[in-house]
Amino acid sequence: MRHLLLSERAHGGWTLAFAVGLLAGAALAYEVLLVRLFAILQWHHFAYMVISLALLGFGASGTLVALFREPLLRRFEWAFPSAAMAFAVGAPIAFQLAQLVPVDALELLWSPRQWLLLGVLYLLLALPFLFAATALCLALARPGAPVHRLYGADLAGSGLGALGSVVLLEVMPPWPALLVVAAIGAIAAGVGALACTLRIRWLVAAFLLPLLLPGLPRDLGDLEISQYKALSEMLRVPGTHVVAERSGPLGLVTVVASPQVPLRHAPGLSLTSKAHLPEQMALFVDGNGPSAINRFQYDIRPFAYLGDTPEALPYALLDAPRVLVLGAGSGTEVLRALWHGAVAVDAVELNPLVAELMTQPFADFVGDLYAQPGVRLHVDEARAFVARNQVHYDLVQVALVDGFGAAAAGLHALDENYLYTVEAFGRYLDRLDDGGLLAITRWNRLPPRDSMKLVATARATLEASGIDRPADHVVLLRGWKTHTLLVAETPFSPGQLAEVRRFASGHAFDLAWLPGMARDEANRFNVLDTPAFHDGARELLGEDAAGFVDAYKFDISPATDDRPHFFQFLRLGTLPELFSKRGAGGLALVDWGYPLLLAALLQALLLGALLILLPLRALRRHHQGTEPARRWTVFAYFGAIGLAFMGLEMAFIQKLVLFLGHPVRAVAVALAGFLVSAGIGSLAVERLLAWRREMTVRHGALVGIALLGLGYLMLLPGLFETLLAWPDAARIAVALAVIAPLGFCMGLPLPLGLRRVAAHAPEALPWAWGINGCASVVGAVLAALLALHFGFGAVVLVSVWLYLLTAVCAP
Amino acid sequence: MKEPGWSASAWAGQLALSCLLLLGVASADEAERRAAMIDEVVATQARYGDRPFTPETLAALGHTERHRFVPTEVRDAAYANRPLPIGHGQTISQPFIVALMTDLLRVGSGDRVLEVGTGSGYQAAVLAELDVTVFTLEIVEPLAVEARARLASLGYDRVTVRHGDGYYGWPGEGPFDAVIVTAAASYIPPPLVEQLRPGGRMVIPIGSRFHTQHLMLVEKSADGTPTVRQLLPVRFVPLTGGH
Repeated sequence: MRHLLLSERAHGGWTLAFAVGLLAGAALAYEVLLVRLFAILQWHHFAYMVISLALLGFGASGTLVALFREPLLRRFEWAFPSAAMAFAVGAPIAFQLAQLVPVDALELLWSPRQWLLLGVLYLLLALPFLFAATALCLALARPGAPVHRLYGADLAGSGLGALGSVVLLEVMPPWPALLVVAAIGAIAAGVGALACTLRIRWLVAAFLLPLLLPGLPRDLGDLEISQYKALSEMLRVPGTHVVAERSGPLGLVTVVASPQVPLRHAPGLSLTSKAHLPEQMALFVDGNGPSAINRFQYDIRPFAYLGDTPEALPYALLDAPRVLVLGAGSGTEVLRALWHGAVAVDAVELNPLVAELMTQPFADFVGDLYAQPGVRLHVDEARAFVARNQVHYDLVQVALVDGFGAAAAGLHALDENYLYTVEAFGRYLDRLDDGGLLAITRWNRLPPRDSMKLVATARATLEASGIDRPADHVVLLRGWKTHTLLVAETPFSPGQLAEVRRFASGHAFDLAWLPGMARDEANRFNVLDTPAFHDGARELLGEDAAGFVDAYKFDISPATDDRPHFFQFLRLGTLPELFSKRGAGGLALVDWGYPLLLAALLQALLLGALLILLPLRALRRHHQGTEPARRWTVFAYFGAIGLAFMGLEMAFIQKLVLFLGHPVRAVAVALAGFLVSAGIGSLAVERLLAWRREMTVRHGALVGIALLGLGYLMLLPGLFETLLAWPDAARIAVALAVIAPLGFCMGLPLPLGLRRVAAHAPEALPWAWGINGCASVVGAVLAALLALHFGFGAVVLVSVWLYLLTAVCAP
Repeated sequence: MKEPGWSASAWAGQLALSCLLLLGVASADEAERRAAMIDEVVATQARYGDRPFTPETLAALGHTERHRFVPTEVRDAAYANRPLPIGHGQTISQPFIVALMTDLLRVGSGDRVLEVGTGSGYQAAVLAELDVTVFTLEIVEPLAVEARARLASLGYDRVTVRHGDGYYGWPGEGPFDAVIVTAAASYIPPPLVEQLRPGGRMVIPIGSRFHTQHLMLVEKSADGTPTVRQLLPVRFVPLTGGH
């Protein structure tokens, strides 16, 4: 047998495991970078669908190795480094070629050609995953391979890859980061070759390839951003040019100046406004936006326009307020606060790059806005800041941070957003002084959606704080483009209500809800066929709010921390009606995130089934003795583990995002925590087996997963709430301590199963690997879908149940 | 031996005749597809709208050769009731939405219309078919140049295209009987309202490039006060029975 020619290191030593770890890390980092890159080029939800499908390359590797097992394993010492090198070379090339495929996410519904192009895109992006996963699968499929060690290295490498990708994004833009990842893939090929005794040729190639990377043409780094994104639209205006660009894990931040045609960005400005706009520049994140950067020359008087949009309503009711702005960004809300005579403004901005731009290169342009007396800038996540900071305010203002285009198309539907949940509203109200106001502004959409969900959320929050008549604590004002919701812990006084009426009629804004208002007071200036905003708010604050929410054709039930999808409005039942009305513009009412998630699930199921069924014939031919029953157990066991691992991982990562405060770093820490601890679990398999019988170890792991999973579900929210004010490092340590035992247990079932397959039906091992790969892809999409409907708690329950199911279908 | 009648000139004649026939077939074909498109727009409005489109609007849509306003690669879909990409990040609206906006403007013979956002020039051409004079502004220069050439070649001499910022409208040519703003704007430029004649109407589609979510109709009363109506193109009741 040729594989006996492998060096001892390749067979059982750590060198090959190291190569496997490097390659797995590079593949995961490639995935993270692709999501980032496609979020810039197209839109995040589209990126999610494309990359989910491309990950089926992992499933396909199992199929490939199952079909060509003998010849590939015979040439393992050649096949492993070749596959790793193909990943290294293929990753950047596939991305560059993918940029040339003219897929238009917005046209998918209208044009069958677009689906064909999408198929090409999937294929291109899947190839590097296929190469990397084939190398990994080959390493596992060799007779006598130390499966637990290699799988452990695979998991730990992936975990470090997740962390590494975020570190890379901190220090460089995504395209050069992708080149670094490719170089790591090449090094993995070299290390693999070292393990396989093929030293010289491969080592030279492995170490020369990274050296060639800096020689690539510079313009390869230019990203072909979709022509329909707001940034592309802006850059077509004569004279516009990019004046600053910053790249980080939270996005690509671009500042555009337009000296020829003045930028005039004042969303929802009253039609009665006579105010002039100051000079502005535009700020985009990942090509979305814009938000305005106003030229401020230490004189607030020219900013009268900031008093003429619905966001100014709370200032009509407050005198010299202390203000907390959540989502400060380019500073418009801070200026609005100053214009209205705020005495103190705490401005919270999540993205350090935006903060850096405002306080350094554009400090002159914005007149040192964030260094004005009384103004303090905090680079932090909003919820974490509110939990940690015990200061009280007269106004908590949640700024309108996303662009209208993305909101109108429902592109945020899949985003987990902790700014607009019942729990979040509760924390905001806690930060208010007596008589203080919470103000939230969102884009109008017809039929009303965001506005209705805001009112429903306000009611749920007020009721949770023991307020009997929530209707007296809510005001909803509708402009022609945006609406503003006010919530107060004390009922609005007659004087305040009179102020609201004066503000509304003075600016031609409509009253949608005001305690005690008559129906004919609504819908006067921006006239709808029926006063839908007012009618909806009245129902939502009335006796049968639950019935109204159930009967509404969009999902306007309040978002919670467990189901934090504020922007998910589409109900499946409404989709056929909207689709049938497409001729009359019905599709404009669809929030696109959700249907694309369904499309991803459908495609993943179809392709996954194909990839899993394909090798069966070969398996049958190869090994007449493998009974159908055994094949079913392999399918059920590895399928269930793939689904459940992803489910638990995604659910707990979500729970941690809020706790760790910073979405990208939190995901990186959580992912690394899960994968590394699962890797350690896998590495410990051998020792555990020396100590206890296999079945005891497996059942112990399953019981551990069930107890920890369910226990965390009950205990973590309270624990995290208590510890939210702890410093970053301490919270990360707590998060890792919480993850580690669960991850350890989750790392055991797969290598235990692979060991058994390797011992009893080695030809089925690649198939098992492929099933696990496909199930992981389906699992990730399914978990997102389940969370959207039932919350992340339900994802945990289903995942635990799937793990327990493996007790009865072990191969 | 050459067969009689198959000389070079005869070949050329045959070729010319074939081309003419083909052209005739092609334009007959386009006319048929256009008629089918109108039928679909009428049927859609009957099903989902609140009142039928005026015969004038439908005739204007029926006379405008939409296939000449879209790039060749999407020409096959020119008469489908769907938005089409025209390059430079622009789209040509779904014919139903074009009909709806045209109908809402309520313009007729001799009226003057200002359009902000020329795009392909299709909307301007549809308006010109109503015997109105159209002044249209486009900020993206290549689009303005292409639209000007296209409209001129199709004989739309009552449409004037200018490359420039739509914010200030076209003061020298106002006041207008109607204004249509198809360019995305975060707010309604006051000069456009000022250039609207008392009694005039302004239509602004709101939404993303491919999907017009709702329409804003600004009506200027005789005393100059603007009132705004927000219209959903599709009749859609967000509640099921029981409420």
